[in-house]
Amino acid sequence: MPSSPALSIRHATKRFGEFVAVNDLSLEVMPGTCLGLLGPNGAGKTTLMRMITGQTGLNGGSISVLDFDIATQSRSARSVLGVCPQQDNMDDQQTARENLALWAALCRVPRAQRKTAISRALETAQLTDRANERVTNLSGGMRRRLLLGRAFINSPRLVLLDEPTVGLDPQVRSDLWLIIDGMRRSGVTVVMSTHYIEEAERLADDIAIVNHGQVIARGTPPQLREQYVGLEAVEYFGPTEVLDEIATKASAVGLKSRRAGLSISVLGVENTSAGLLDSWGRLSRRPTNLEDVFVLLTGESLDG
Amino acid sequence: MAKFDVRSLPAIWTRELIIFKRYWPGTTFTAVLEPLIFLFAIGLGVGAFVDEIDGMKYVVFVGTGAVATAVLFSSVFPGMYNTFIARVFQKVYDGILSTPTTTAELMVGEATWVAARTAVYGSVPMLATIPFGLTPRWTMLLVPPICFISALGLTFLGQYISGLVKVIDSFSYFQSALLTPLLFVSGTYFPIDGLPAWFGTISNVNPVYHCIELVRDACFGMLSLASLWHVTALVLFAAITGTLSVRVMTKRLIT
Repeated sequence: MPSSPALSIRHATKRFGEFVAVNDLSLEVMPGTCLGLLGPNGAGKTTLMRMITGQTGLNGGSISVLDFDIATQSRSARSVLGVCPQQDNMDDQQTARENLALWAALCRVPRAQRKTAISRALETAQLTDRANERVTNLSGGMRRRLLLGRAFINSPRLVLLDEPTVGLDPQVRSDLWLIIDGMRRSGVTVVMSTHYIEEAERLADDIAIVNHGQVIARGTPPQLREQYVGLEAVEYFGPTEVLDEIATKASAVGLKSRRAGLSISVLGVENTSAGLLDSWGRLSRRPTNLEDVFVLLTGESLDG
Repeated sequence: MAKFDVRSLPAIWTRELIIFKRYWPGTTFTAVLEPLIFLFAIGLGVGAFVDEIDGMKYVVFVGTGAVATAVLFSSVFPGMYNTFIARVFQKVYDGILSTPTTTAELMVGEATWVAARTAVYGSVPMLATIPFGLTPRWTMLLVPPICFISALGLTFLGQYISGLVKVIDSFSYFQSALLTPLLFVSGTYFPIDGLPAWFGTISNVNPVYHCIELVRDACFGMLSLASLWHVTALVLFAAITGTLSVRVMTKRLIT
């Protein structure tokens, strides 16, 4: 028997004055899966996250978290949620342990289980040896790890990660991916917003590309590639006039293309004659990737 | 709207306790020292020129009035500054509201903590006045609860103000135009009977005035039915400012 979705968003809309941040958005996330919300800055990802926690009200539609309707049962919903916000909001002057103790109390972790929950969260954050350090003395990466550990303190069934690795260096990002991957493997449902393609590709089972407050594409990375950009791409380098010319030629034979600086990628060329492609200039072949899909779908202008 | 759940309060108090354990020397020093300075500077300084007011030594008059100074300073300022810093700079409230806690519980939790702390701080000037001639009475035990209920309304007022301003510097308008007059038109340093009659009317909406009247009733053994009016006024004030605080904070925090 199929289980009900861990998160169900139906026609959710949020307006701030004239600006529509989330526009009739519908989405379902099945239990135990990791959904990557991939979108450019300002796409509506953080607003959507806040709508799921009930911190931003809906102008239309509905959201249910593990069968709790957010409009009428937001407290119950929040009790089964773990949240790692985009912006660090820990008490700076408290130690890592004190921050976690506070969170355990706020999340109503039973008193008898708090010590274990705090130790587990410190372990998750790999900060057991820095437990008594004030947060202000921790590095950016450690603070992020602590935020992730904190999100896990009440053994949530659904975790919301809002751009969990934004602004961090690649090494720290990779450390955090291990933690998030651990959460995912433990069976918790994860909804993670990001604008890092690699992050979404590595961690998410399923990706929803969000732009202008709407889900514009949904699927696994291979499904999205196949549906929007095909399997193979060729890249040409050269001056702008040459790239413009290639874009025109690609469009003429029904191929999509995307520009990136001094190069142009012509997408979905697996069934196109090699001779034709070679005649346009020196090229290099590569498999398509999620970035092709993302740029193609969210770019202001679609080439080809 | 979610029902108020008192089970959220211990967690809020836990946060305050952790912060207090770290900063209590500084917090306590300011909260206790400032009213004592008023007591000694004005009570003894002006007291050298003014012997008695309403049949009591001036220093005793000011000493009991300084309780209200302590209550005002120890409640309205944390309500303003701590709330603003936690909401705007630290974003701590955003985090707390992603847990099973509501804005009302958060504001009430913080205000009750500040009020409880103020109940202690407010009693210090009274105790410091005893060596200068304030006769100890059992009814003085009512002073901490009086400080608590007064501070509750004033902390809510501070929270409300913090929700009204966009930048922290704007607090100075409220300090100069609202809080200073509240203190001086309350009977702290001089009886308001000597002022024009309309001051007396205005003082009825001044929580500091009601606080001082109740404190003096308790300290001088003059509790009567009239004291009930002051209690009622303070409870009403807390109810009104509490509602305003929750309303403005909900508007700020739940978008």
